[in-house]
Amino acid sequence: MSLSSHTRRAIGFAAAVALTLAASAVFASTQLTGAGSTFDYPFFSKAFYEYSQQRSDVTVNYQSIGSGGGIQQFIAKTVDFGASDVPMNAEELKLAQGPVLQVPVTLGGAAIGYNLPGIEKGLRLTRQLIAEIFLGRVTKWNDPAIMKLNSGMKLPDMPITVVHRSDGSGTTYIFTDFLSSVSPAWKQKVGTGKSVQWPVGLGGKGNEGVAGQVRQTPGAIGYIELAYVLENEMTYAQVENKGGKFVYPSIETVADAAATKPNVSATEFSIVDATGANSYPISGYSWVMLYQKPSDASRAKLVKQTLEWLVTKGQSVAKSVDYVPLPDNVQKQALKVIAQMQA
Amino acid sequence: MADTDERNTGGHFGFAIAPGMTAGNPALKTIVEPRAEPVRLRLPRAPRGTGFDLCVYGATSAFLLLVVGLFIELLWSSRLSISTFGLSFLWTSEWNPVTNQFGALPFIYGTIVSSAIAILLAGVVGVLAGAFLAEFCPQRMSGPLSFVIELLAAVPSVVYGLWGLFILAPVMRDYVDPFLQHYLGFLPIFSGTIYGVGMLTAGVLLAIMIVPTVTAISRDVMAAIPQTQREAIWALGATRWQSFQMVVLPGSRAGVFGACILALGRALGETIATTMVIGNRPAIAASLFAPGYSISSVIANEFTEATTQVYLSALIELGLLLFIISVVINALARVLLWTVFRPMEG
Amino acid sequence: MRTPVTLRHPRSALGIFASAFCAGGVAIILLLILGYVIREGIGAISLPFLTQLPHPVGVPGGGVGNGLVGSAIIVGLAAMMAIPIGTLTGLYLTYFGRGIFAATVRFLSDVLSGIPSIAIGLFAYTILVAPLKHFSAFSAAFAFAILMLPVIITTTESAIKGVSHELYEAALALGVSRHHAIIHVILPSARSGIITGIVLAIARVTGETAPLLFTAFGSQFWELNPNNPMAELSLQVFTYAISPYKSWHEQAWGGALLLIVIVFIMNLGARVALKPRFR
Repeated sequence: MSLSSHTRRAIGFAAAVALTLAASAVFASTQLTGAGSTFDYPFFSKAFYEYSQQRSDVTVNYQSIGSGGGIQQFIAKTVDFGASDVPMNAEELKLAQGPVLQVPVTLGGAAIGYNLPGIEKGLRLTRQLIAEIFLGRVTKWNDPAIMKLNSGMKLPDMPITVVHRSDGSGTTYIFTDFLSSVSPAWKQKVGTGKSVQWPVGLGGKGNEGVAGQVRQTPGAIGYIELAYVLENEMTYAQVENKGGKFVYPSIETVADAAATKPNVSATEFSIVDATGANSYPISGYSWVMLYQKPSDASRAKLVKQTLEWLVTKGQSVAKSVDYVPLPDNVQKQALKVIAQMQA
Repeated sequence: MADTDERNTGGHFGFAIAPGMTAGNPALKTIVEPRAEPVRLRLPRAPRGTGFDLCVYGATSAFLLLVVGLFIELLWSSRLSISTFGLSFLWTSEWNPVTNQFGALPFIYGTIVSSAIAILLAGVVGVLAGAFLAEFCPQRMSGPLSFVIELLAAVPSVVYGLWGLFILAPVMRDYVDPFLQHYLGFLPIFSGTIYGVGMLTAGVLLAIMIVPTVTAISRDVMAAIPQTQREAIWALGATRWQSFQMVVLPGSRAGVFGACILALGRALGETIATTMVIGNRPAIAASLFAPGYSISSVIANEFTEATTQVYLSALIELGLLLFIISVVINALARVLLWTVFRPMEG
Repeated sequence: MRTPVTLRHPRSALGIFASAFCAGGVAIILLLILGYVIREGIGAISLPFLTQLPHPVGVPGGGVGNGLVGSAIIVGLAAMMAIPIGTLTGLYLTYFGRGIFAATVRFLSDVLSGIPSIAIGLFAYTILVAPLKHFSAFSAAFAFAILMLPVIITTTESAIKGVSHELYEAALALGVSRHHAIIHVILPSARSGIITGIVLAIARVTGETAPLLFTAFGSQFWELNPNNPMAELSLQVFTYAISPYKSWHEQAWGGALLLIVIVFIMNLGARVALKPRFR
């Protein structure tokens, strides 16, 4: 029996469609979207790149539109997950359409960079002294308090020009959290936040702005994200920690601070002024937020798997971009939170 | 060039004229006085519903709808801030994201001062540069030079910001500011500590950013002045500069003014470049060397990280304020033009 | 025909020198800025840079290929929206508008030019992103179009007013209908000025970043569908520039250089293709 050309064409077409569908089922990859913290961006871009090499069915498009932006988009459900340097507060959680899980994913620290002609790396500063400088109470580099700590250095008679971040940032949050912990005057006068009302100083936009300002202005001091300082060979200070030891900010010292408090949660997340012997006092986490009961089941499964990978195998990527991997005990904690996701 | 309708529509003068009819007959030529500014002829409208007319009115309506929609959206999103702070928002100097107390005064001040510096500098330099390109420049040079200047408009804001921070600010700090302070330091605007970044530097950077707009548009407007006008005054013995002063400049006033307003608008709304060099300190100081803060900069800096609803609303209210400032400045400028100079068309 | 520039008259000489100084000064500043961008960014320019997707830090190579494509699509869409509305509105202001209506439109155009781009991005977000629950290149194009409108309107109006009115009267006297006179006589004569406006407008938006944060969103992947989030060159430049990494900084400068070169080519192309009439 011979089929008419019409029928043959129809069968051929149907077969082609079926094959394409089958093929796309095999080759189709879902693109998950995440948005938020600019701090997380370099780490995420490397980690998700590695992830997509390992899995052909998932790609992740993460864009750094800022932590606030990330939370807004997460609440609006225009993205699959949000990322923020500070966990969502009560007001934001109320706006979210459903219960939210918040997972720590990476760590960072704020280094104190400065520009003193003739002075090398390693200026020693106590925690209270940093607060006094940023409060505007210590105004000259040859102030007796600074000279006492650094008897080996020839400190000039120069005014201190404070530089802080003008844009809202997680680094500012960590820094002001630290200042509030060590200085009651700071806590009362200024407080903690991603943006605050600074008593003194110039504002630089982004790490680039602050670092640029510090590099250009003799006598300047500013706080800058750890990865930035390590990548750009800046001059930064040793900070005295709670145990009395002067430590440099580094991957090890920040991780040490995190390890002292493994039971972090979205309500108890501060690790500044940690008690470890080698802890760097100006450290903090960055977070990813997920819906506990997402509507799209298949997508939810992929999101869950991606996050599980991120807090375990994905952490091996961190050091290569000068980010601090989660200590083991914190990884376990993170996995426990992710496990609550119904997917 | 001129297309004649097959149908000889009967024209607007009541009788049909075919091409060629006027040839050789001077009586039929219309003699029109050359005027400095084109006068709009009040002609009877083409029949309603012409597709073209609809397009024009449609486009204009779309534009109006857009602007009104924008205003309404800004108003709606700032209602929380308006209800929380009321009118005191305008004269409060406090900007505290931790305690959620917000006031706009330092930003209003910063926006106005930095933009004023920018338009003063760019207005003068831009018009003169445009004049050079249109009037005095050797023919061969004018094209390439215009082109180079227009290219300045293509530089992304973030590049201006970085260039401003790394090149302009040090130059200001090491040469320009001390010079000003030395000779004019008795004036409060040139007193105080010099940081390099600050209100003056921001004004200068903004001026650089907006000068291509002023130059390019001024040049075009001046070039459009009919040559006959210049020739007329040259015939009376004027120099090139004088013909510029007496014929071109008055004739191009409206267009140049429009260019300046456009440029001023850009300066008011510029975000990233300003924020790199203005110092970002929400404080009002007499000195131009002191750091300041502009509305656009603070919105750009803090919007993506703002957490509380009232914080976000306050930032949007700042955007609304900028809209209103723009309205006020434009209104004042129009009034100025209306009363001091000849009234503008339409 | 021009009379030679005379320098005998002192005030004239001063005037001419001042204007030459201004023009020269502006050109020199541009060359300084260009020089800076070239110095910082030329190292990053290469064929892979132009054609590859971005790589994360530490993975060598990578580029802004998707950003280039994305910028072209977004700016192209924006131009398609802004040019008709802008030029027609400019036309309205010259030949159709009357009294208070025209004054209002002109006024609002000037006001619009002063709104910060981030506020316009927010407007585009409220209208085109939030209700549809996803980011898109189209919403970014919408925001860009709004930014372009005041420039195009103002320059179109200027350009049309600059065309000698005799031309219009002559065309009408020959029996041409009004809209034919406008389309076939006035607009071609005003071409140069209108093109200036369009090029200025495109140059302005090509370097804008703030409105993109909430509209196009950005992407690490190739994307041609304007209904999806899309990469954009100036956004990539901004993201790289504020990052900690030297390799990314260099790519940021390379991207910035690319942005300038693109507008340069567009400007050149527009001028050459449409035979400018500089005096």
